[in-house]
Amino acid sequence: MTITVNDKAIEAKPGEMLLTALRRAGIRVPTLCAMEGLLPTGACRMCVVEVEGMRGLVPSCAFPVREGMKVQTHSQRAVRARKTIVELLLANHPDDCLYCSRNGNCQLQELAAELGVRQRRYQGARNPMRLDMSSPSIVRDPEKCILCGKCVRVCEEVQSVAAIDFVGRGSKTRVAPAFNAGLNVSSCVDCGQCILACPTGALTERSHFKDVFDAIRNPKKVVVVQHAPAVSVTIGEMFGARPGVDVAGVLNAALRRLGFDYVFDTSFAADLTIMEEANELVDRVKNGGVLPLMTSCCPAWVDFAEQEFPDLLPHLSSCKSPQQMLGAVLKSHFANRLGVAPGDVFVVSVMPCTAKKFEASSPERRNEGQPDVDAVLTTRELARIIRMRGLDLRDMVAELPDTPFGERSSAGKLFGASGGVLEAALRTAHHMLTGKELDAAKVKEIRGLQGVKEARVKIGGAELGVAAVSGLANARRLMQEVRAGRRDLAVIEVMACPGGCVNGGGQPIGADLDAVRARMKALYDIDRDSDLRTSHANELVKRLYDENLGAPGSEKAHHLLHTAYAPRQAEV
Amino acid sequence: MVESRIDEVLERHPGAGRDALIPILQEVQEAEGYLSREAIVRVADHLSLPPSKVFGVATFYNQFRFQGRGTYHVQVCRGTACHVRGSAAVLDSIRRALKIEPGETTRDGMFSLEVVACIGACGLAPVIAINGEFHAGVTPDKVNAILNSCKRRSAA
Repeated sequence: MTITVNDKAIEAKPGEMLLTALRRAGIRVPTLCAMEGLLPTGACRMCVVEVEGMRGLVPSCAFPVREGMKVQTHSQRAVRARKTIVELLLANHPDDCLYCSRNGNCQLQELAAELGVRQRRYQGARNPMRLDMSSPSIVRDPEKCILCGKCVRVCEEVQSVAAIDFVGRGSKTRVAPAFNAGLNVSSCVDCGQCILACPTGALTERSHFKDVFDAIRNPKKVVVVQHAPAVSVTIGEMFGARPGVDVAGVLNAALRRLGFDYVFDTSFAADLTIMEEANELVDRVKNGGVLPLMTSCCPAWVDFAEQEFPDLLPHLSSCKSPQQMLGAVLKSHFANRLGVAPGDVFVVSVMPCTAKKFEASSPERRNEGQPDVDAVLTTRELARIIRMRGLDLRDMVAELPDTPFGERSSAGKLFGASGGVLEAALRTAHHMLTGKELDAAKVKEIRGLQGVKEARVKIGGAELGVAAVSGLANARRLMQEVRAGRRDLAVIEVMACPGGCVNGGGQPIGADLDAVRARMKALYDIDRDSDLRTSHANELVKRLYDENLGAPGSEKAHHLLHTAYAPRQAEV
Repeated sequence: MVESRIDEVLERHPGAGRDALIPILQEVQEAEGYLSREAIVRVADHLSLPPSKVFGVATFYNQFRFQGRGTYHVQVCRGTACHVRGSAAVLDSIRRALKIEPGETTRDGMFSLEVVACIGACGLAPVIAINGEFHAGVTPDKVNAILNSCKRRSAA
């Protein structure tokens, strides 16, 4: 159907909302509460437009298109209404933009600038509210909250965690966990999707800047950094590159320039994880172990499972995540090689993730009292540090990661995408079971951004059912099926963030689905063009086993690379 | 003891869905005088709702309290007639005297404070009720005397 917008005809599809049609036509109407893929709430009223024949302004996000309707999106009345809304939001908003972590990347700030807000027209009473620093990953500053509700919705509808909700009413309303408790005692799993959703600085990651700088300045410490697979295909965006450009080489160079003594790619440890996990799968398949085997590299998922599905914990792979595995190896094997005490090796990881901060600091994930990883930076934090140090990724020459873990397979690189861990594990499990390589084309079904992907894979004579889910609400549904007796699956990969780590809670704020898709594609392109596509063919992984660990699943490997899980109950 | 009263309420709503949330909260408050943390977690569990949601709904409505009532429950009328005759100042002086906000209870458990819309005694405005007993024409300077008489009665 055709509708008329700003005196021009545009196409619209019956049943869709006006905002959807406007966006497709490239007409920008600002929003603060609209969320891609979720039903509109009409809460913020920023998207109001004039529709001929309607008395008041209508929120375009929640107004269905009608044949022949006439719309003005930027009439004086509409723009003035938007400006007033922003002014009212600013009435009780802290004036400390200069000190805010979202300075320069805040939707409220952008709208105030765009709409020409130049004076404080409304002086609202401030609600003094305490900063919530209780979580190891996420800092909540309720004073900066504009109550758009996006964090509440992503937590409930996408993640089915519902750690936070609106509390109170009227001008006293706030977003908080039950009983206004801290996030640390709530059901929060630290995924950080709320941070990506937040238009202001009300939700941010807990920064590990200081720990990292202190370690770099400390001459006694050997400071080692690892970067996760999703980081190198994302961080370029923060320096003006189009989404989906892999900058692994210059990232290595930049990290060295920042003062890190050794730079490694976590994808190497992902290969190691695959050796252990595939071995575990093969063992469980052959010996009638607990199936389906569930992946354990996503700490938000592990946390969720410990909390919501304690009865299914025996399904979880006992493998530590790649971040933790590399940390453990660095503080044992690598420290020995260097001849330094494990305590003098300071391991920093750069992750697309906020839950990794929780994982690294969690007392259950320690080795002989030592944390495997000492500090975790998100992709965003690293970009900030790089900028702070005046480095520009664009004029740097690519460098390789350090020995002895300087090579990774592209299977390890796939860990950044939903379905990637599963595909990497299947390649190696297939080889372990049959001695032959798996034809990669066979697992196309588990690639892509869909939240639930299933396939049946032939390995030798047997056929295995496999599934990859992302978004914890999807995981919850699948776990309920497993709990109810579903038996056709042998492996389930779970990633908490929709689409996997490429869309992780530590990634750049303000990216759209197209950017996430481009990052994912970049990982699969790397795999397509790679000569080393399986973890078991990684010579350096083999050497690590030969020199140090023995074989996958050996006692030493178990000691260093595996962990255990225990039911956990959230207080609220 | 406390547990069994919550149980009693929940047993009256077997297999209830989220639409039963408010009636259940009302019954729990009826039975216990307020909504304890434990009650909210139990109700959430019973209805398969996250505690954050139950707490969110409960705090939206003025009728729900999250602390037990005091020995003396002070209701301050903020209806139109009382407002015109200065109930805002009365409420303010009670808040200052007791150092609590509406919905709260003093630490010693002596007083709790509640704001009500109109208690139907406009002729006596501004009016407050303590345990159902009305005090007419209250002004800020009378507040201390009224509260002190409660304390004396308690001590006796």
